[in-house]
Amino acid sequence: MSTGTTKLDVVVSDVVPVNDLVTRFHFRRRDGELLPTFSGGAHVVVEMRDSDRTRLNPYSLMGSPLDTREYTISVRRDDVGRGGSLFMHRQVKPGLEMVISYPVNLFSLDLRAKKHLMLAGGIGITPFMAQTSQLAAAGGNFELHYTCRTASLGTYADVLQQRYGSRVKLYHDDREERIDLDRLLSSQPLGTHLYVCGPAGMINWVRDRAAALGWPSETVHFEHFAAPQPGAPFDVTLAVSGKTIRVGEQQSLLEAMEAAGVDPPYLCRGGVCGQCETNVISSDGKFIHNDHWLSEEDHRSGCKIMPCVSRFDGKSLVLER
Amino acid sequence: MGITFRKETFRDDYTFRNSPEHIRRFPFPFNEDAYMYAVNIEPHVVGPKGSVLENLIDVDEHYVAEMQDRALVLAEDPLRCQSLPHMTLAGWDLLELLMEQQALGYPEHFTLERDGDRWRWINRPLGIDDTFTFGDTSTLPYGPMEYITRQSQGDFCILDQRDGNLWMDAGMVTTQADWSLDFDIGMNFFEWHAPVPLAHEKGIFTRALKFLTNIQQGKPARRLNWTMTINPRLDTSPENYHKWGPDRATVTPENVGEKVHLRVELQSFWRLPRSNAIVFPIRCYLIKMDELVTQPKWARRLHRVIRDLPEELATYKGLTRYRPTLVEWLSKLDDGSPTSPGFGPD
Repeated sequence: MSTGTTKLDVVVSDVVPVNDLVTRFHFRRRDGELLPTFSGGAHVVVEMRDSDRTRLNPYSLMGSPLDTREYTISVRRDDVGRGGSLFMHRQVKPGLEMVISYPVNLFSLDLRAKKHLMLAGGIGITPFMAQTSQLAAAGGNFELHYTCRTASLGTYADVLQQRYGSRVKLYHDDREERIDLDRLLSSQPLGTHLYVCGPAGMINWVRDRAAALGWPSETVHFEHFAAPQPGAPFDVTLAVSGKTIRVGEQQSLLEAMEAAGVDPPYLCRGGVCGQCETNVISSDGKFIHNDHWLSEEDHRSGCKIMPCVSRFDGKSLVLER
Repeated sequence: MGITFRKETFRDDYTFRNSPEHIRRFPFPFNEDAYMYAVNIEPHVVGPKGSVLENLIDVDEHYVAEMQDRALVLAEDPLRCQSLPHMTLAGWDLLELLMEQQALGYPEHFTLERDGDRWRWINRPLGIDDTFTFGDTSTLPYGPMEYITRQSQGDFCILDQRDGNLWMDAGMVTTQADWSLDFDIGMNFFEWHAPVPLAHEKGIFTRALKFLTNIQQGKPARRLNWTMTINPRLDTSPENYHKWGPDRATVTPENVGEKVHLRVELQSFWRLPRSNAIVFPIRCYLIKMDELVTQPKWARRLHRVIRDLPEELATYKGLTRYRPTLVEWLSKLDDGSPTSPGFGPD
């Protein structure tokens, strides 16, 4: 049976600039019905029809899960990225009809937690917008520590402080305010779960310190969508479908397969969910693994690749697709 | 027109019967003349009219009697229904799912009216008309899971998803094939499947878990499972083994047709939206041999399946004691002619 999600036909109901880098997009269903209920931490994959190519990018839902009249996402403009965020910022206007996936949650709250300790960096704030709404409505115990570059780039910092007061603590890079992480992690009550979403460096730092301070790995949750990294073009033979394809510099292997009419299942497109895991039949060259799904052993063996984020550099690569 | 609900029992005098229409819609689980484990999972989509898949949550002529039997089980043993503290939100998710599906499939019997979080639920077969606040447990006579599963056929396990595993953290289990919620509560997927023979070696549970943790909202899946039960008893629990276990020694060539029942579970898997948990309804269908063999194809095929079943599976399913008697009885209905492909009767 194929995996993946059901699609939703939506219309852009509003586009709101939040600050110099971030714009918020609102979606409603075209048929006027309510959208599916979701849980805090869920994302949707937005399909972008960008002239002759289709971009599929995941974005966290940031509205309240209690209000399903509309979904909202916030997109940070990346001027040197692969173009998805620029498309959203430049091309998407109110009234545009788009297709998004059903919500998928790969960053779920652990509802057993006595306390939810949340650490956000930059645009990594978005899943916490939904999670704090969900917890606040249910009387949940949470505390949010949010690092941003400057006050003016502290996306939704004002909204969060207004809603939750002292439960939100802000740290501004330009004022050299830093989380005293060891102290924070050492002073939590038993039964606390830790959630972190932000740049890779921040996630690694928090996970490392939590491990060093004895936090069980089951209590440390992180959202780590790696956007596919550009790289040198490479050729791939797809043995099952009998096709040979070229992966362009700005394209992921998964996107190149899709462009050739081969559709592996996917959920996150960011190296996390494991859906598009693909067996390697033969290879002569070096893998550039960028995923968080395969084990180190899998990476070393060269028997598997995650085509959503990983690349290849070498003479030949034959995949079981 | 609606369903005519039967007055019948699943204990003591065992008056349970299937009407001729319900015999034909029975979810016969064998599509070929042999059986072995497989991850036989498929999308849970609406099937043909007149089948048990006509609606994604099936309500049939046994509904009222099954709900009465559940109430009796719960009165004797309240631990058949348990929900760990973090599972209340998932209970509300399940309440919404079952009310929506039952009202959608059977509008003459069930009505759901919603005005924001003010909900009114009308269940005509059971004479219930309740107004409550969605999300506020104090406005219902039971917790949300218990409330709605006292009004829904089949057992329900709610599985919390965390750490790449599924955890049996809530459930209503009164019509089970010899397993216990009270024993399994809090266990993970591998722990509660530990007793199943053969499948571990085949890596089936690892693959099944990977599939289940990726079940998406709006895309439920299903599979069939089966065993056999002596007398039409829904509650074949370990807790009550002393009441039904000895029945397996009472099968004689004369009473096979009346006493031996094929027990089929329609298992489905749904992602719950607010809690991100998975609900696993296990819907039990019973059919006595006399009813089953009214369909000659099923009689021939069941004979071959039971005759050739690997010994470990026969033991696990508890058939050992009466298998020879059953095979002998079925063999008289098997002329050796081929069976048509597919599950359904000819």
